[in-house]
Amino acid sequence: MKKYISFFRLRFIYGLQYRAAALAGIATQFTWGMLEILLFKAFYEEGSSEFPMAFSALVSYIWMQQAFLSLFMTWFLENEIFDSIKNGNIAYELCRPIDLYNMWFVRSMANRLSKAVLRSMPILVIAAIIPEPYRLHLPIDFVAGIWFLITLILGYLVVVAFCMLVYISTFFTISPMGVRIVAISVVEFFSGAVIPLPFLPDKIRMGFELLPFASMQNVPLRIYSGDIAGADIYEKAALQLFWLVILVGTGKLLTKKATKKVVVQGG
Amino acid sequence: MIQVEHINKTFQVARRNAGFLEAFKSLFNKQYECVKALNDLSFTINDGEMVGYIGPNGAGKSSTIKILSGILTPDSGTCMINGRIPWKDRVAHVQDIGVVFGQRSQLWWDVPVIDSFELLRDIYKIPISKYKDKLEELITLLNLEKIIKTPTRQLSLGQRMRCEIAASLLHNPKILFLDEPTIGLDAVSKIAVRNFILDMNNRHKTTVILTTHDMQDIEALTKRIILIGKGKILLDGSLQDMKKRFVGNKRLILEYSGPDIQLCKGMSLFEAETVCNYVKGTCGSLNKHITIDIDTDKIQVSEAIGILSTQADIKDISISEASIDEVVVKLYKEYEI
Repeated sequence: MKKYISFFRLRFIYGLQYRAAALAGIATQFTWGMLEILLFKAFYEEGSSEFPMAFSALVSYIWMQQAFLSLFMTWFLENEIFDSIKNGNIAYELCRPIDLYNMWFVRSMANRLSKAVLRSMPILVIAAIIPEPYRLHLPIDFVAGIWFLITLILGYLVVVAFCMLVYISTFFTISPMGVRIVAISVVEFFSGAVIPLPFLPDKIRMGFELLPFASMQNVPLRIYSGDIAGADIYEKAALQLFWLVILVGTGKLLTKKATKKVVVQGG
Repeated sequence: MIQVEHINKTFQVARRNAGFLEAFKSLFNKQYECVKALNDLSFTINDGEMVGYIGPNGAGKSSTIKILSGILTPDSGTCMINGRIPWKDRVAHVQDIGVVFGQRSQLWWDVPVIDSFELLRDIYKIPISKYKDKLEELITLLNLEKIIKTPTRQLSLGQRMRCEIAASLLHNPKILFLDEPTIGLDAVSKIAVRNFILDMNNRHKTTVILTTHDMQDIEALTKRIILIGKGKILLDGSLQDMKKRFVGNKRLILEYSGPDIQLCKGMSLFEAETVCNYVKGTCGSLNKHITIDIDTDKIQVSEAIGILSTQADIKDISISEASIDEVVVKLYKEYEI
């Protein structure tokens, strides 16, 4: 276990040193969040009765989404992992007494968390002090807050487990670009990163909500904003856990298969 | 002990001709060719041995190293290293081995080298006291004192390679695989690396398997060499044997004037040229250069010089042994690889 913690630590430190990137990220995400809120506001002013989420809930959804972007965005993939498969540096990782899947899993977790730590605080602070109706609110009650944290962690793990599949696919396809682009665009839409899932037509939404993509940011953000409450929370959290197990299981299986037939490229 | 028996490995390689049309065609019908990287490979290496593994590019050297270190799975054949099959028992196996790939890096690019070392310490579960001792030893021997706190990206190639080697030895492996460890290094760094490897072998009886194109590496480090070409072992023996077998002769380089030299038994011509020594426009004395290989089994060097000096007026003479580079070129030629 210690080796994974140590690995996590180094990757975490590694991620923390890019201050300029973090600053740029904060600025981008703050601006993006503001724009999105303004856009929705325009729609809401036209006639809010039709909308499935209250405006304040939506505002919280967007701010939290922007603050924890790096935990949930599937396009935050680690190029170093792709490169190591592509150019053969993976040779070194394979001659360590360590499980490749676990190592990369931990590595991706650390990478995302280090980004989130640097970026979330400033965004949260600013979002909490700007005037109404753009202000970020606290969750409705303490229990919702706790469940938000639990599902946040679960969702984050689901995202990492999903990205692991994208990494592993590189073993089979040589160039990761194709899988990457498809995976990213699908997930962006299906996970509620573009528009929150409640805004979709009911029939489509019900289908979407069962998919692993809905177990990413959709659950914690909607719990935070109060859109999911009561018994629904348990159901969603259980679904997250289910997908986490499935994704990790598939990933481990594929890694085993891949490392058996691995061809270290580049001589 | 490393025992390799009848290992085969084939790679599929996609091939197509140049050009747009060909590229388009290969979208639908990709042509693969099977390339036999390793063909019935067998050898045994004892504990504490230093073996040079040589061969031209693409001979299968790196593939062998990768199989021995558990990264690749061969198509058939067996391999036992300290009682384990590397690719079946990868995690336990790699605890015992150290690998340096000269063309790759295992250090984290943007953080000081020491951070990478500490990660390796935890990955290999090295006890703190052992780690400290080993680190100290490596720092002194490889002269890392100053560079260990520098981020990898700011190290020169020679500095980095020294750190790479140190990183591969932190867990005190019994076997060390070095895949072109001196590639791209300057003379000073090369010598430092060589001395260090020798030292490791002497002190800890580390088994070392070294692939390289640098024949000086081989000459300085190894007693035994294995020559591989087109995936097959062509030669396995001591460096001395090989030298004797392929150049059991000395080479004489003569500068002389007078009539052409007639070679006798045991001598063979390597190259000859006539040089005009210009003295202010006039072609003065005609000096001739000749390089002769002497087969020392048939004729003594002193005898040969005696015979030659009776034939011509020798101005200058030098005797040399064929370099190992030439030996290797000869070997490649002989085996048509």
